[in-house]
Amino acid sequence: MQAEPLAPASAPRPPLISSAAEQRVETFYYDNRIVRDFGIATVIWGIIGMLVGVLAAFQLARPELNMSTAYTTFGRIRPLHTNAVIFAFVGNGIFTGVYYSLQRLCKTRIYSDMLSKLHFWGWQLIIVSAVATLPLGFTTSKEYAELEWPIDIAITLVWVVFGWNMFGTIAKRRERHLYVGIWFYIATFLTVAVLHIVNSMEIPVGWLKSYSAYAGVQDALVQWWYGHNAVAFFLTTPYLGLMYYFLPKAAGRPVYSYRLSIIHFWSLIFIYIWAGPHHLLYTALPDWAQSLGVAFSVMLIAPSWGGMINGLLTLRGAWDKVREEPVLKFMVVAVTAYGMATFEGPMLSLKNVNAIAHFTDWIVAHVHVGALGWNGFLTFAMLYWLWPRLYRTELYSKKLATTHFWLGTLGILFYAIPMYWAGFTQGLMWKQFNNEGMLQYPNFLETVLQLVPMYYMRGIGGLLYVSGVFLLLYNLYKTAQAGSLLVNEKAQAPALMPAELVEAHQGGHWHRWLERRPFQLAVGATVAILIGGAVEMIPTFLVKSNVPTIASVKPYRPLELQGRDLYIREGCSNCHTQMVRPFRSETERYGEYSKAGEYVYDRPFLWGSKRTGPDLQRVGQKYPNSWHYNHMLDPTSMSPGSIMPPYPWLFEQDIDYRILPSKIKVLRNLGTPYPAGFDQVAVDDARQQARGIVAELKKEDIEVLSDKEIVALIAYLQRLGTDIKVKPEQATAAAQ
Amino acid sequence: MEKNVLQAISGVAIYPIISIAIFFLFFLGLAVYVLVVNRHHVKTMSQLPLNDDQNSDDQILKYHLNHDVIC
Repeated sequence: MQAEPLAPASAPRPPLISSAAEQRVETFYYDNRIVRDFGIATVIWGIIGMLVGVLAAFQLARPELNMSTAYTTFGRIRPLHTNAVIFAFVGNGIFTGVYYSLQRLCKTRIYSDMLSKLHFWGWQLIIVSAVATLPLGFTTSKEYAELEWPIDIAITLVWVVFGWNMFGTIAKRRERHLYVGIWFYIATFLTVAVLHIVNSMEIPVGWLKSYSAYAGVQDALVQWWYGHNAVAFFLTTPYLGLMYYFLPKAAGRPVYSYRLSIIHFWSLIFIYIWAGPHHLLYTALPDWAQSLGVAFSVMLIAPSWGGMINGLLTLRGAWDKVREEPVLKFMVVAVTAYGMATFEGPMLSLKNVNAIAHFTDWIVAHVHVGALGWNGFLTFAMLYWLWPRLYRTELYSKKLATTHFWLGTLGILFYAIPMYWAGFTQGLMWKQFNNEGMLQYPNFLETVLQLVPMYYMRGIGGLLYVSGVFLLLYNLYKTAQAGSLLVNEKAQAPALMPAELVEAHQGGHWHRWLERRPFQLAVGATVAILIGGAVEMIPTFLVKSNVPTIASVKPYRPLELQGRDLYIREGCSNCHTQMVRPFRSETERYGEYSKAGEYVYDRPFLWGSKRTGPDLQRVGQKYPNSWHYNHMLDPTSMSPGSIMPPYPWLFEQDIDYRILPSKIKVLRNLGTPYPAGFDQVAVDDARQQARGIVAELKKEDIEVLSDKEIVALIAYLQRLGTDIKVKPEQATAAAQ
Repeated sequence: MEKNVLQAISGVAIYPIISIAIFFLFFLGLAVYVLVVNRHHVKTMSQLPLNDDQNSDDQILKYHLNHDVIC
């Protein structure tokens, strides 16, 4: 490391170190074992998560694949799939790449081997808890945050361990300047911490059950601030960090424009935070918040494409290498998919486009272009590049890796194209009116059945994609067999020059000043990401007119609450929404559009993201109790051809009243206006309502015991959306 | 949550103005920096991932480093 000659100064200074040889060279060892371990976890969980995804995909084409058990219904395994591929596959992938690149960029061994082990096993334990709890119905229902409160605490602890190890390594570094990849890792760590803590604010009512601290519209905003930023800071920023390291390494040349990476880093982390409301367009979220989300989502094209441009143009002049190297092939498609997804996302954030796309498979297509293309392929590229270096041998088969590449690419196409088709088809069918001004397709099921061939093709796409990952598993296994793991990789680097000497002659350009101070950088990044969240959430929470109350809207009765929790347990919100948008096509189909004030007692909110089945916001009193009874027992009896699975266990299992008093107490504390002492009489109230429903069912020739779960679910469904039809005793509290 | 509800945040218009000011000034400053930053520094920074290899001039040492197995 050549230092610049010192300018003449009047005050005496210590002699400047002028050549590398005179600096004290230190020997140290990089930890490769932790990288290898995280790498193995990445592949194993990737396969598991993707296989669950394939199962879920085919369940929509063939409902028999729900397999008649509570544990394997689509509603329960879809969150297992999302959690596995995001936190288990991508999560372990992040750690694999960070542990490898951070050590080398900092020119030091990872701070603590003990923390590394704690981190690794802690993370795997969290994944195992997800596998153990989600199929059993222990879920918060909030997307990508389904894990219940004890696991949330564990996630916080393990994340702190990761941060400790990461910042400790940065503090021990021998390379003073922080490469751009490290800023991305720092921003990831800080923002994920903030997101997780804020969105996981929940009050426990039982060991594996809690209620969101937020309700209705506020919960929706916090959830999608979180959800979108989980995409941003778990699926994007760490992977951009990895791209900035592994792509130059694989290509053998530096990143195209370091200046661009500076601009794109700061603009990305600042702007991304505000984009959350684009998940809530045309819902009951206040208009101003929606507009902010749209504007910032469109602005996001620039920083995102900054990253894509940097990635692709790094390869300029080296495209012939892409022909030879599977690693580079994967990287090119990954970065291209990133660019496509980050153009499509802002387009989907335009209200007119969103009006068609929301709740359809178009969104699913969008997600998977990003997930399979960007996250998946960059992970594969990294692993194919890493394994030979960890095991000191050539990759077992370049040909196999190339086959994987083509299988994966085909898989992405077979996934995305049918889903685009399905999305457009369904979205447009919902909106179609005939010449008489009536809905062309008044029966929701008709719009679903059109899509089944697309669901088959998408399942095949997933199968192709995961078959490629099996090839990867085999290839890496054979590579490891042929080589030997270099557990501790020797390295040498001069000790860090004293800061005073460096600063004195390099001058104080503020960004370089910042690059040398990771903690100040961390503070700067935190401030940037907090601004967006604060500006969007504080007014929504505090300003009364943003959540107008409706006098006739009352809290759920205890039995209905039990039913609501069953709805959550069975994962109904994975297929059904509760948000009627202000379009004529929706009001004709479902009834009055949804108002913010209707959700004030909803903890958590259940607006949903996808309509595989119809919206349920106004299902209350639409059908007789017997309809719901028969429908849950066998959906095809009421909806011939329905792809919804049956729920026979609801007719056998008894309602669990044990934690009901605790639920009422917690909700009262959170502000739901139950009368004082209501928790004492809640169970009686529930039983009374249950008897009423049973009596009504009897009139329709159906015999059922009043303590069966189905009765609670019917109570809940029959309540939905009915409050606004009740005549209020006084004028509405605030007009909107 | 309902207990904390205000009627309105008085003078709220100042906050978006402050926000846009911060945003604008920050990125203006960043743009200026990126245009004036030293070329050599930029080159050094972009080479960082490629400088992982041990900076020893000794070829024999380099060989040993790449073929060392220490458990």
